[in-house]
Amino acid sequence: MNVTIVDYNSGNISSVINSFQEVAKDKVNIEVTSDLNKIISSDKVVLPGQGSFKSCVNALNNINGLVETLNDFVLTNKKPLLGICVGLQMFADVGYEETETKGLGWISGKVSKIDNQDGKYKLPHIGWNQINIVKDSKIFKGIENNSDMYFVHSYELVPNDKSVVSATTDYSSNIVCSVEKENIFGTQFHPEKSDKIGLQIIDNFIKL
Amino acid sequence: MLKNRIIPCLDVKNGRVVKGINFVDLKDAGDPVEQAKIYSDGGADEICFLDITASNENRDTIYDVVDKTSKKCFVPLTVGGGIRSVEDINKLLNCGADKVSINTAAVKNAKVVEDSSRKFGSQCIVVAIDAKRNNAGWEIFTHGGRNSTGINALEFASKMEKCGAGELLVTSMDKDGTQSGYDIELMQKISSAVNIPVIASGGVGTLDHLVDGIKSGASAVLAASIFHYGTYSINEAKQYLASKDIPVRI
Repeated sequence: MNVTIVDYNSGNISSVINSFQEVAKDKVNIEVTSDLNKIISSDKVVLPGQGSFKSCVNALNNINGLVETLNDFVLTNKKPLLGICVGLQMFADVGYEETETKGLGWISGKVSKIDNQDGKYKLPHIGWNQINIVKDSKIFKGIENNSDMYFVHSYELVPNDKSVVSATTDYSSNIVCSVEKENIFGTQFHPEKSDKIGLQIIDNFIKL
Repeated sequence: MLKNRIIPCLDVKNGRVVKGINFVDLKDAGDPVEQAKIYSDGGADEICFLDITASNENRDTIYDVVDKTSKKCFVPLTVGGGIRSVEDINKLLNCGADKVSINTAAVKNAKVVEDSSRKFGSQCIVVAIDAKRNNAGWEIFTHGGRNSTGINALEFASKMEKCGAGELLVTSMDKDGTQSGYDIELMQKISSAVNIPVIASGGVGTLDHLVDGIKSGASAVLAASIFHYGTYSINEAKQYLASKDIPVRI
């Protein structure tokens, strides 16, 4: 089996690579590439993302044909994809970080700034916060409700259809922190930085 | 609910830990990778390396340490010390650091903070503020506390927030090494002056000091000696904080 981590200059992806390699050991081949042929022919794809919504979307668009390839992989071939952090946020139709930017549109909704309630909540939302699992998700197999995951973000995905939400976390309001829509998976938190429990989520995704 | 973080810090010089943990089963007490792994297995919420390598020719040793650690520890890793430029930051992130902490370079040239936060995201840019009390409040120092600047710490903290820092690591130079507790007033003032998380540092000697640090408004507490010398384990610290109704990850 091949799992491809999309390398599209979205910032620091070494931790994502290290965690997938740790889980995969020698059993699964982990590719890190922006090669469109390799992406489309892989069994699973991981879409990381750091920095702003706008910078990540721009970085995707800078690689000719990448968005089309991802669309084919996800929407036509219906193969599993995991978005992490801004990787998940880009599933939305539109994001409002820096300026209004069109997203991938796989999950109808928007990405807007977390309401800090006039400074009551510090942003970025950094650190370990517990997740409230609201829907059975294949990537949560063996994960207990209220487990702590590592977050670092200032923006949140607000999907129109709440049925895609698989977990929320409480910071200012109930922030969407995980989604599952058919073959599309995403986490706002960083499984690659969430210790053993995060590696379990990565293992679940690899074993899908 | 967001948990308060406990961050053990390891001082690394020429690729070796300067102050070691006294664990009997430790094969190599000077190996930062092995020590970081002990901390992360023990429940550390993040790991911090402070590179205090003085000579330039040995500076590359930290990259190897970061690379090896990031393949073994799956909690966030912050690296500070000797970072001069956006290129230095890029190199550390590529080796597997999740965040970098910038001190002297941020004071000398705020553009390093602006440029790097724009390029890599605010989430990985920590500005380290070394502050010392004076008649007017607190003054910041650079070069590991050797050089005075005349810059007011509170004003500098706000400036760094505007430049794109994602977190502030605030060390009281008056308290550092004294084991008499954080400079609580400093932590309170800076925490309320900015809307980004503050990590309290400098002066921890007891578990109550960690409690006081969190109560001052800091989002995270950093400590070195109490963990290095095995006075307390990370888990003991967390249990103690939990017993004082402070939310921690256990």
